[in-house]
Amino acid sequence: MNDIPARRRSILSLWMTLTSQNPVIVTILALVLGFVVGAFIIIFTTATILDAFRGFFNSWGAPGHALKVTFDNVGAAYRDMFTGSVIDPAGFWHSLTTGKGWDNTLTPISETLTYATPLVIVSIGVGISFQTGLFNIGANGQAVLGGVAGAVIGSMIKLPMFIHLPLTLIAGILGGALAGALPGVLKAYTGAHEVIVTIMENYVIYAFLLYVVLSTPYQQPGQANDIGRTIHASAQLPPLFGVASGLRVSYGIFVAAGVVAFAWWFLERSSLGFDFRVTGASPSAARASGISPRAVIILVFLISGGLAGLAGVVQVASTTHYVDGTFLIGDAGIGFTAITVALLGRNKPIGILWASLLFGALGVGGRAMQAATGIPFDLATVIQSVVVLFVATPVLVKEIFRLRAGRTQALQLGTQGWG
Amino acid sequence: MRLELRGITKRFGSLTANDDISITVEPGQIHSLLGENGAGKSTLMNVLFGLLHPDEGEIIIDGVVTKFADSGEAVRRGIGMVHQHFMLVPVFSVTENVVLGFEPTKSLNRIDYKKATDDIRRVSKEFNLEVDPDAIVENLSVGIQQRVEILKALSHDAELLILDEPTAVLTPQEIDALMAIMRSLAASGKSILFITHKLKEVRAIADVITVIRHGKVVGTADPTASESDLASLMVGREVELTVQKDAYAPGESVFEIRDLVVRDDRGLVVVNGVSLDVYAGEILALAGVQGNGQTELVEAIAGMRPVESGTITMNGRDITNESPRKILDAGLGHIPEDRQRDGLVLTMSLADNLVLNTPRRPPFANHGTRNLGVVASHAEQLVKDFDIRATSVKEPASSLSGGNQQKVIVARELSRNIDFLVASQPTRGLDVGSIEYVHRQIVNHRNRGNGSLVVSSELDEVYALGDRIAVMYAGKISGIVDPSTSREDIGLLMAGTTAGTSSE
Repeated sequence: MNDIPARRRSILSLWMTLTSQNPVIVTILALVLGFVVGAFIIIFTTATILDAFRGFFNSWGAPGHALKVTFDNVGAAYRDMFTGSVIDPAGFWHSLTTGKGWDNTLTPISETLTYATPLVIVSIGVGISFQTGLFNIGANGQAVLGGVAGAVIGSMIKLPMFIHLPLTLIAGILGGALAGALPGVLKAYTGAHEVIVTIMENYVIYAFLLYVVLSTPYQQPGQANDIGRTIHASAQLPPLFGVASGLRVSYGIFVAAGVVAFAWWFLERSSLGFDFRVTGASPSAARASGISPRAVIILVFLISGGLAGLAGVVQVASTTHYVDGTFLIGDAGIGFTAITVALLGRNKPIGILWASLLFGALGVGGRAMQAATGIPFDLATVIQSVVVLFVATPVLVKEIFRLRAGRTQALQLGTQGWG
Repeated sequence: MRLELRGITKRFGSLTANDDISITVEPGQIHSLLGENGAGKSTLMNVLFGLLHPDEGEIIIDGVVTKFADSGEAVRRGIGMVHQHFMLVPVFSVTENVVLGFEPTKSLNRIDYKKATDDIRRVSKEFNLEVDPDAIVENLSVGIQQRVEILKALSHDAELLILDEPTAVLTPQEIDALMAIMRSLAASGKSILFITHKLKEVRAIADVITVIRHGKVVGTADPTASESDLASLMVGREVELTVQKDAYAPGESVFEIRDLVVRDDRGLVVVNGVSLDVYAGEILALAGVQGNGQTELVEAIAGMRPVESGTITMNGRDITNESPRKILDAGLGHIPEDRQRDGLVLTMSLADNLVLNTPRRPPFANHGTRNLGVVASHAEQLVKDFDIRATSVKEPASSLSGGNQQKVIVARELSRNIDFLVASQPTRGLDVGSIEYVHRQIVNHRNRGNGSLVVSSELDEVYALGDRIAVMYAGKISGIVDPSTSREDIGLLMAGTTAGTSSE
């Protein structure tokens, strides 16, 4: 390549990178494929498009018409998804020129961040456990217990905010860590499989949640339903732009940012994180080089559970302000979504941050799309699933886009945990 | 069968594993393919056996150009392969293993065991391969299991046998027996392709020797060629087969094992009352066929396996049942037997692997934060000092060749300021050049006045390194002898004095 000018060469190497199979490119292409698959689902489930295709051969203008209807509908769906989760350019322009209506313009991105905030935190906890080769499937229960612990501390005692809020958050971390300690200790000392224990533990914690929200000290006074007391303002993470603005995004995003920074330092720079990664990559080499598997297993579950608990309490302190009998259990459950997010983010803190934002945007945008076009919200879930499916099978992406063999890095599922 | 490989070329991406290789094997000939690891021997054999398809060149059998779609077709055309790692089902009988995949059947698809057994008896008688057809494979010694593999190939009417590193797992006596079998097979007209990197065996048995280096045929030699000539042909430079040692001047005892009892994963006692002393400035070589408790002994020393009774003392300090970290910190260097499993984290970088057991010590870390700059410069230094061939210290350990992977472990352990070194099979699977290098490092450690325990099932290595030689059999030390003892005598000790009956 010596006779190629430097500028050409750098473009060439960029092109080589873009067309080779590296993790970032594969993830981006998986995203593209996710939307392509989503488009086909829209086509096959929208009556107007199908009607247009039914007359495909009827007249010379029909094919063009069918394609136009397709692009209109699919385009509208994805446009609504975008404007509902990130920003509406028209509204943005209006606010910019008139100086009014900023709250409405910022609502989509605020909702996306609100959704993503606890998701980042819990997903990083799950990602750390995956990097260590342990499968923490109990993040949902741990988050619930953290939320409950925080809600009790936040509502049952009264303190000035500078003590009350930290105390509430710490209570959440401890609640999650306690829930994590159980499978950790059982695995370390008896070899009980963490997947089984954590899955079962979820149900125990859900039952405990119901018990707490239906029992006297914490149940909302005067309520017969499964609703707990609302936490005091001194224990809340306030909205970033004040209560009056109506934007729900809260100071919780700083907690999430702190967790991302901590996790990056922990995994990439700390000695303990190094031990974790060695254990995850090769348990036998870890043992031979003096790392205690027991200590690592217990610590991983404490940290992973603690982060899940923090996510739960952040959800309470910033968004729901109380827990009820279905807290964090609805839909798939945040702790289960976190498994997919961690996989999509390749268990790396920065990757998980992006993946959480993507999932947040798809979730929020999906609802906006449903409201505007009538296409079911579930399309967003389908896109999420297809993206993860393709990320997990880089070979497929490579074949579809004819990528050069490059840094073939199949997704590290940390499958030692299944052994 | 007359086999000719003509101009075989096989590329994997930018790597040319086989470059225009031509060899001819005459009927009744034992043709040795000699080369270092990574020279392309296995690729060539996989091409020949139909597992890979050559990019260029042709396979000619008895004058006819042949193409194999898969290994089944190669088998049908009379090519048999005995893999380095046996492909036997341990819980099946010899008969069942031999007929596996080609079962003779009676009506209703029932296996005709009688015919199968009779066939095996006939073939084993014809070629002097004594095996009980009804024995269960897992109860047989490794040497006999290999016989079953050969029998399997012959029962499919193989005219050409490929033996891939067949002696790696055998005792000297079993090797002799194998060679006798090979000779009788050749005498009956079978052709044999014998793949190895062991010079002694090549000279003992081959009719023709072809040496391969970097995927190319670099020469052919007569069995009369000297070992050092063969070695330099194979490596491409002069090689010192036995590293020079300073005069043996043992100091005081630095490492003592007393009445050690250790169980394996199944709970069986596999180290049964072992006592050993190692003195300063000496290498105690522990010989023995694999599976006689050496692995578990080393694991117990390194703190990776609980000691049932007995004591291990290093420099006067009792390290019995201490944690691996305490033992490593007390000054034990450990070169584990399975380098890819216990010695390295293959997905992690060279630099990380070079601090694998010292990541939290200054200067590599301060207050729990790793100092990646120091880790990197430390790695650069060791790569230079220990001649590790790598393009960057950031590349993952998996991208290194076996020899360089072992150099990483040796560099890590010997640069760690250790008092005592335990090395288990330190050169297994390495090429001649890397063996020379690793041996020199271990000898340097000894010459500085330190003690070492080197466990090896290779007698060449035991002789090259040992100042004294201990032999282990069935969990016990069957003898401690001087290096002037003959191979035959050590072979007898390795077999517990009754040859050919080594237990699992």
